[in-house]
Amino acid sequence: MRKKRYILKFPAQSGDKPLSYHLVKDYDIRINILKAEVWPGKTGSLLLELEGTAENLKKGIAWLEANQVTCEPIDKKIRWNHQQCINCGNCTAVCFSGALTMDSNWELTFNPEKCIVCELCVPACPLNLFEIDFRE
Amino acid sequence: MSIKKTYEEINEKIRSGKAVVLTAEEVSAMAKELSPAEIVKKVDVVTTATFGAMCSSGAFINFGHADPPIRMEKIRLNGVPVYEGLAAVDTYIGATACDPDNPKYGGAHVIQDLVDGKELELEAWGKGTDCYPRKYIRTKISKETVNEMFLFNPRNAYQNYNVAVNTTDKIKYTYMGTLLPNLRNATYSTSGELSPLLNDPEFRTIGLGTRIFLGGTEGYVVWPGTQFNTSKPKNEFGVPVSNSATIAVIGDLKQMSSEYLRAAYYEKYGVSLFVGIGIPVPVLDEDMARRLSIRNEQIETTVLDYGSEGTPALGRVNYEQLRSGAIKVNGKKVRTAPVSSLEKARKIAGLLKEKIQKGEFEITKPVMRFPSNTSLKGLKETGGEA
Repeated sequence: MRKKRYILKFPAQSGDKPLSYHLVKDYDIRINILKAEVWPGKTGSLLLELEGTAENLKKGIAWLEANQVTCEPIDKKIRWNHQQCINCGNCTAVCFSGALTMDSNWELTFNPEKCIVCELCVPACPLNLFEIDFRE
Repeated sequence: MSIKKTYEEINEKIRSGKAVVLTAEEVSAMAKELSPAEIVKKVDVVTTATFGAMCSSGAFINFGHADPPIRMEKIRLNGVPVYEGLAAVDTYIGATACDPDNPKYGGAHVIQDLVDGKELELEAWGKGTDCYPRKYIRTKISKETVNEMFLFNPRNAYQNYNVAVNTTDKIKYTYMGTLLPNLRNATYSTSGELSPLLNDPEFRTIGLGTRIFLGGTEGYVVWPGTQFNTSKPKNEFGVPVSNSATIAVIGDLKQMSSEYLRAAYYEKYGVSLFVGIGIPVPVLDEDMARRLSIRNEQIETTVLDYGSEGTPALGRVNYEQLRSGAIKVNGKKVRTAPVSSLEKARKIAGLLKEKIQKGEFEITKPVMRFPSNTSLKGLKETGGEA
């Protein structure tokens, strides 16, 4: 089983297609919706975490693309320069996915599993300690 | 008969290693069990601390004279403009100063680089005079090459500060951090029950000449800070419910450390400086013990909408609620986040406690008390073309 994140962008006319239904039913892919911006009749985008066998993931993505949905894999990660951190908390103010939180000692903790790479922490850190890492 | 202690009696105990010293958080916890009368019997000194961004900060430097000498009338340090109106080779680096073409590196970064022992590029221009014939100089300086360099911050350690929210539908970039639209977050700044000026709200012991911890070394309180305001409304526990008094502080920058002095850049706002300050408060009598016993749930502050003109007040919350992770604003649950470091503030309060326990840091009686009847003036406009 593999886990991978994608940004899906779909045209106005495909908004009514049961995309997730097909991914689950036809390709046995588990879907976790991390972020959704969908307006009926307009273009939309979804940030999804897809989990399945490598083959099923490949087929599922191919099916989406055949239905005019562009799938952009997210190979980005947020890297935090922990050594220089002063635990001010500014980044936790913008981290709505809950990846950056203050622990019981008021020290910053970063849980990459929860990070959806929204990148809001990058400019929010007054010490510039977050970077986007493009490596896989 | 209630106990009263003098500064000299407490210092005698400090010198003999017998002083009982607690942090303000420890004494607040103790106050749940003990009365102020019992606390004044047990405790001699309480340490308070804060570590937050304090924009009204800066440093004086004397570069020394070159041969031939120059009267520096325009000065740049690593490209950052610093003050040129102080004799020939003195300057003041304002923490928020910057070159508009390079807004992310400013005066605070220059100060931190100096503290870290880095070499900086100094460039200066003068018109050339009979006694200072030189017109231009470009050289490297560091904390080893300059004569004096001392931090002098006109407004630090605010006594309480408001909570920032944003009710508009656009993200707002402020010195209180990034405020998400539609009340999606709330930020707050002071260290609550550990905060220096909230533990001595009437300035009975903190005044001109008070020895403090500043940026990793010893410093002093030298004046009421700018915008020193004693007329803000107070709650039933005697603390102001929004930003009120401040202190001006001074200390030897050469002895400071970037562990407790750190440059910051706020997106679409500008440069600032995180300053670590610790202040020991003597438990002189029952009244001081009562002040020092203040707990987070008794310290309230005002929620302001930074998105709307005039930053209207939207309510009042206390620090226990702020630290719980969520407050209610306009009937809506809003996630909270700190923007000053409680972890660092605790470290400073602990360090200061240790120094006093070891007899390395004595308390000082203020040479002059601060005023108790000040208010703020706005800036009136007299008209005229822009």
